[in-house]
Amino acid sequence: MSAVSVFVPADAGALAVGAESVARAIAAQAAARNLSVSVVRNGSRGLYWLEPLVEVVIDGRRQAYGPVRERDVASLFDAGFLTRAAHPLALGPTEDIAYLRNQERLTFRRVGIIDPLSLADYLLHDGYAGLRRALELEPLVIVKAVTDSGLRGRGGAAFPTGIKWKTVADAQATQKYIVCNADEGDSGTFADRMLMEGDPCMLIEGMAIAGLAVGATKGFIYIRSEYPDAERVMRRAIDLCLAAGYLGDDILSSGRAFHLEVRRGAGAYICGEETSLLESLEGKRGQIRFKPPLPAHKGLFGQPTVVNNVISLASVPVILHQGAQFYAEYGRGRSRGTQPFQLAGNVKHGGLIEKAFGLTLGELIYDWGGGTASGRAVRTAQVGGPLGAYLPVAHFDTPLEYEAFTARSAMLGHGGVVVFDDSVDMAAMARFAMEFCAIESCGKCTPCRIGAVRGRELIEHIIAGRDVTRNLATLRDLCDTMISASLCALGGMAPFPVLSALEHFPQDFVRAGRDAA
Amino acid sequence: MRCIDETDLGTPVSLASDLVSLTIDGHTVTVPLGTSVMRAAAIAGIAVPKLCATDSLEAFGSCRLCLVQIEGMRGTPASCTTPVTAGMRVTTQNERLAGLRRNVMELYISDHPLDCLTCPANGHCELQDMAGAVGLREVRYGYAGENHCVAEKDESNPYFTFDPSKCIVCSRCVRACDEVQGTFALTISGRGFDSHVSAGTEQSFLDSDCVSCGACVQACPTATLSEKAIIERGQPEHSVVTTCAYCGVGCSFRAEMKGAEVIRMVPDQNGQANHGHSCVKGRFAFGYATHPDRITSPMIRASCHEAWREVSWQEAIAHAASELKRIQAKYGKDSIGGITSSRCTNEETYLVQKLVRAAFGNNNVDTCARVCHSPTGYGLKQTLGESAGTQAFDSVDHSDVIMVIGANPTDGHPVFASRMIQRLRDGAKLIVLDPRTIDLVRMPHVAAAHHLKLRPGTNVALINAIAHVIVSESWVDHEFVAARCEVAAFEKWQRFIAGAEHSPEQTEAITGVPAAEVRAVARLYATGGNAAIYYGLGVTEHSQGSTMVMGIANLALATGNLGREGVGVNPLRGQNNVQGSCDMGSFPHEFPGYRHVSDTATRTLFEAAWGVHLDAEPGLRIPNMFEAALDGSFRGLYIQGEDIAQSDPDTQHVIAALEAMECIIVQDLFLNETAKFAHVFLPGSSFLEKDGTFTNAERRISRVRRVMPPLGGKADWEATLMLAAALGSPMHYDHPSQIMDEIARLTPTFTGVSFARIDELGSIQWPCNAEAPAGTPTMHEETFTRGLGRFMLTPYVPSRERSNGKYPLILTTGRILSQYNVGAQTRRTQNSVWHDEDRLEIHPHDAETRGVSEGDWVGVKSRAGETVLRARVSEAVQPGVVYTTFHFPESGANVITTEHSDWATNCPEYKVTAVQVVKVTHPSAWQERYARFSAEQKKFLDEREPLAR
Repeated sequence: MSAVSVFVPADAGALAVGAESVARAIAAQAAARNLSVSVVRNGSRGLYWLEPLVEVVIDGRRQAYGPVRERDVASLFDAGFLTRAAHPLALGPTEDIAYLRNQERLTFRRVGIIDPLSLADYLLHDGYAGLRRALELEPLVIVKAVTDSGLRGRGGAAFPTGIKWKTVADAQATQKYIVCNADEGDSGTFADRMLMEGDPCMLIEGMAIAGLAVGATKGFIYIRSEYPDAERVMRRAIDLCLAAGYLGDDILSSGRAFHLEVRRGAGAYICGEETSLLESLEGKRGQIRFKPPLPAHKGLFGQPTVVNNVISLASVPVILHQGAQFYAEYGRGRSRGTQPFQLAGNVKHGGLIEKAFGLTLGELIYDWGGGTASGRAVRTAQVGGPLGAYLPVAHFDTPLEYEAFTARSAMLGHGGVVVFDDSVDMAAMARFAMEFCAIESCGKCTPCRIGAVRGRELIEHIIAGRDVTRNLATLRDLCDTMISASLCALGGMAPFPVLSALEHFPQDFVRAGRDAA
Repeated sequence: MRCIDETDLGTPVSLASDLVSLTIDGHTVTVPLGTSVMRAAAIAGIAVPKLCATDSLEAFGSCRLCLVQIEGMRGTPASCTTPVTAGMRVTTQNERLAGLRRNVMELYISDHPLDCLTCPANGHCELQDMAGAVGLREVRYGYAGENHCVAEKDESNPYFTFDPSKCIVCSRCVRACDEVQGTFALTISGRGFDSHVSAGTEQSFLDSDCVSCGACVQACPTATLSEKAIIERGQPEHSVVTTCAYCGVGCSFRAEMKGAEVIRMVPDQNGQANHGHSCVKGRFAFGYATHPDRITSPMIRASCHEAWREVSWQEAIAHAASELKRIQAKYGKDSIGGITSSRCTNEETYLVQKLVRAAFGNNNVDTCARVCHSPTGYGLKQTLGESAGTQAFDSVDHSDVIMVIGANPTDGHPVFASRMIQRLRDGAKLIVLDPRTIDLVRMPHVAAAHHLKLRPGTNVALINAIAHVIVSESWVDHEFVAARCEVAAFEKWQRFIAGAEHSPEQTEAITGVPAAEVRAVARLYATGGNAAIYYGLGVTEHSQGSTMVMGIANLALATGNLGREGVGVNPLRGQNNVQGSCDMGSFPHEFPGYRHVSDTATRTLFEAAWGVHLDAEPGLRIPNMFEAALDGSFRGLYIQGEDIAQSDPDTQHVIAALEAMECIIVQDLFLNETAKFAHVFLPGSSFLEKDGTFTNAERRISRVRRVMPPLGGKADWEATLMLAAALGSPMHYDHPSQIMDEIARLTPTFTGVSFARIDELGSIQWPCNAEAPAGTPTMHEETFTRGLGRFMLTPYVPSRERSNGKYPLILTTGRILSQYNVGAQTRRTQNSVWHDEDRLEIHPHDAETRGVSEGDWVGVKSRAGETVLRARVSEAVQPGVVYTTFHFPESGANVITTEHSDWATNCPEYKVTAVQVVKVTHPSAWQERYARFSAEQKKFLDEREPLAR
């Protein structure tokens, strides 16, 4: 009898809830019972409330069990989980789980399915089809495909990727660079990490295609220092791809070169801002550079540089493989393709939902998320990271797409959604927004460096009921100054959560004052 | 605190040639492409508020005060970081902008002490200015919030304090350290509100890598970095532009004054040699000028074994003149002479040589260039036709390859070094030829492509090997050679240099430099683009110094690296006016402008001008004077501002010669080592006390302007005039400008020079005459001064000074950043904080075999003498080589150096002395004698009979 494939994620989210001991227990039990089992360490499916989610291939279909604890393993064996799916933890065929079934996975199509460090697995699942196609195309045709796909920067700024690439492609320089921003630091986000841990070759492929498109022969992946697993997987994947000729001086015997290096981030939120990231990559203090010049003209080491988020780059192979039109058919308005939304916070079913742009925030939170984990009513959700606005339930009808969010003074950002129940104190959340900015500011520009501290102090005064009317007016004025005068988006957007809290939950500020008085 | 008399346009000038017109607040202004909106506004007379911007640094965009509105552009871009575009329409003042600026300023002030009235920068603080400009009237946040107002001061640097409570984190200091100085000693540590300036890794300024150049202090817009002098004495009220009296870079400074007191020296942004930069010496070490050791009354005595007696100027001069006349009457016309000073002005130097030639009636005049760059004068004259460097300092901005030979610019010529470092950071390749690992070999963001660590004394073998490769690999620029050089001489040289004995494989055994390295260097120099050579005393102070200079010139000629920007042969001259003192005819064989005394036409010209008969025979060089003193034929010497007893080699020989003379007249600021043997002492005047000019290493003549009256009552030139008159050869000048007018009349390369013209142009690089009315930044552009360039044969002759069983190590000498030459000035400042003794650098291997540890006392013994120093065990020197500085007289570095000298010019072979080093417990016998003698001389000075007033 051939070995039964058992999938136990090595994704950091699964590891955090015991996947490693589960994997070891499965191997031990199999050995003890003299069963032939092959444990595959896949990425996560992104159904985090079910992790560790163990899958077994039965009759050619993957059957899911979860959440599996180490103590459950013996009973799974006792129940014969390798051959039939009868156990209290059995979830049925993985693909039939509604949470997964209702997604539109393009970028995450392989994540959780393949062994991330098996190049054979990757190739079996259309891996490198995009790169092969790109090698047949003129660079500007590749750029055009990306432009036509409507792909916009998934890091948060939503700048059209094709236009950025075109700028770098048109720049004259002896050396250009592709830099992948994997310094994923927004609260409630984990798409970059999941992708790097679950399908690293896709990112490598996307970066190689970017290199071909703009004439860059060197790339760097700047990975958040708190992502050791992602860093390890990326490094090993690069070695594999280099050895197999997908990277190096002569990609697939094309005569074209692309080299890739991983750099560990400096442990600062601000290093996720592209110019700060470039400074950090150059070995300097992570500090904002003013623009212009744009990194596309003068980026890493002063050379034309594409700086793209992990998901932006990982979206490229699909576009090249299946065509710009295929990708652009997803989405609505000027938001084309799919977005991996990340649902976190006080939510029942946290996880990753890749969907075409256009579903509403409410659909995401209730239909996928199942409401709050606490069981209380949802009061608000912060979308787009710590600098994103808080949306009241009344705005949950907002479609998840860039322009609709902008129209409501909010932003989609990197697609992170953090849910709060009705016990949340929005004055405290506003204070936290300023405190976060004060701590994470690079310290270069005055509105951010000093303004955030004064903002925090003003909110503290308001919470304490001191001179509330006057301090509220000063706070609004300060927010305006930070938005208009800050050098980068950290100081420029930190007021958004504050202003949205003031706008939608004014009673929390006044009540705070009354309570204190 | 900002400079008191300078305007700041906010961002640096754009050198683009294309012009762009735009409208700012309705005014049309036309500026070069690449100019910032802020600078364009400033040019149009519109002041946009700013704090982090200053025109000596690249735009930074952090303070957010300079926000403007631009038609068609979103939001409120910063004017410092936004480049102009054609047709741009900018608004710098409206209600919206005023509100934003006021709010930003309010944030600053919410974290700043409110002690303006007692603040050292009060009235010259940019933060204060901006608070006024934006109309800040209240701080709505109050002052009780989180702040830095109690942060502690760092007062470790002797010259300035760092008060973080006043810091606005504009990074101007950090950027000045990076962009202007290139040391990277400062950084911003921490993030967010905790961001703060940190010296090194949270060290004190003194303990960090800071070289105390002061660029950070100058850049600081507040009182955070303040000169202690300002804190202690208050702010200056006027300023005078003058020229530094330290090294040959010749930095231009504003002496910021309070009456006749110098409060601080600030490098002049318009300074054409230094472009607003300085080093620790020029900016801070001027306190010697008013040091209590200054001697301000003339003194005489019958012998050096008795106490001094203060006398009037008249009596001192009359006594000196009568002694000189007596000696000449007794021993003959040639029994006296004079030494001019490279520290004094051109005009003063000119007068001393005129005094010797016209009043003494001989040519016994020499200068300290004898012991430093005399081979440069000889070697470049032979090959190119002019005894001077070929380039302006700015030329280095256009160099692709920079070869530094026997020079240590970061210590010796720090301001030029910073310029060179900027170019190296921008991609020029560096080649270092030096036995020692100088700092330039590896420093932040700079690394030498090649460091040829040759054995001391083998320069010529090495330069020949490089030339050999260039010839044998056919990298000679034949087009240049054919057009610009004497072909016969070239062909002869080519045959000579092609000889197998010059191949790097052959010279490897001599120089210790691997052949492959030599080949790589030759390739880089010959084929790497614009290649420039910068060299120092490691080239000249050898028995083959002149040969090496010619070897360098040969290399430049063969590769066509002459006659344009970015290339050239550049001696880094040691002293402020060593170029000038040579130009002014300080050598015994040359009149001003390097014309030989035997040349009848020149002599006739000077005879007519001076109304005297002039000797056609060259006079004595300094070493000849010593020999003649010892044989009894030379008995009297007038020395202006030079300390031969400390600076010349083989001290015991020099002292014997001084003791043999009957009348030594020393004119100096202090009772220097030489003055301890003198009979007449005339108070010298510092550069702050007189008018005149200095000429720097790039032939740049700059004005020295009197900022205070001479402490001794007379400027040096006035004293020389008195002596001339007393000798019966009166000269008539009311002002040094008239002396320069005479120099210009008599010197073809100076005919266009006058004080008025220098004032008009800022400075002038000679030649300046009808052909070059604004001076000559780059020499030899069309033809060489001598017509065709001449290749000279440069056979390598080993030094007679060789290591052997008895003296197994080679000693070489050099300078350090904080001290200057004999140290007479810098030792009388707080610069000694950085270097308070000379130490012997020794390689760990040589130290170990001698049982020597760091800090041990070691005896250093040569054929000439012995001294004792403390050891510094260091890998900067190679095994077999030891190194020391010579800034302290008691070190006796020149007790060890020998009588060997350059074959052509007698420049001493300071750089090669065979020595033995042993661990000892006592000072050397010489040092003990020196201590006794110095104590006695101090007593003679302290007990001097005061002048009845």
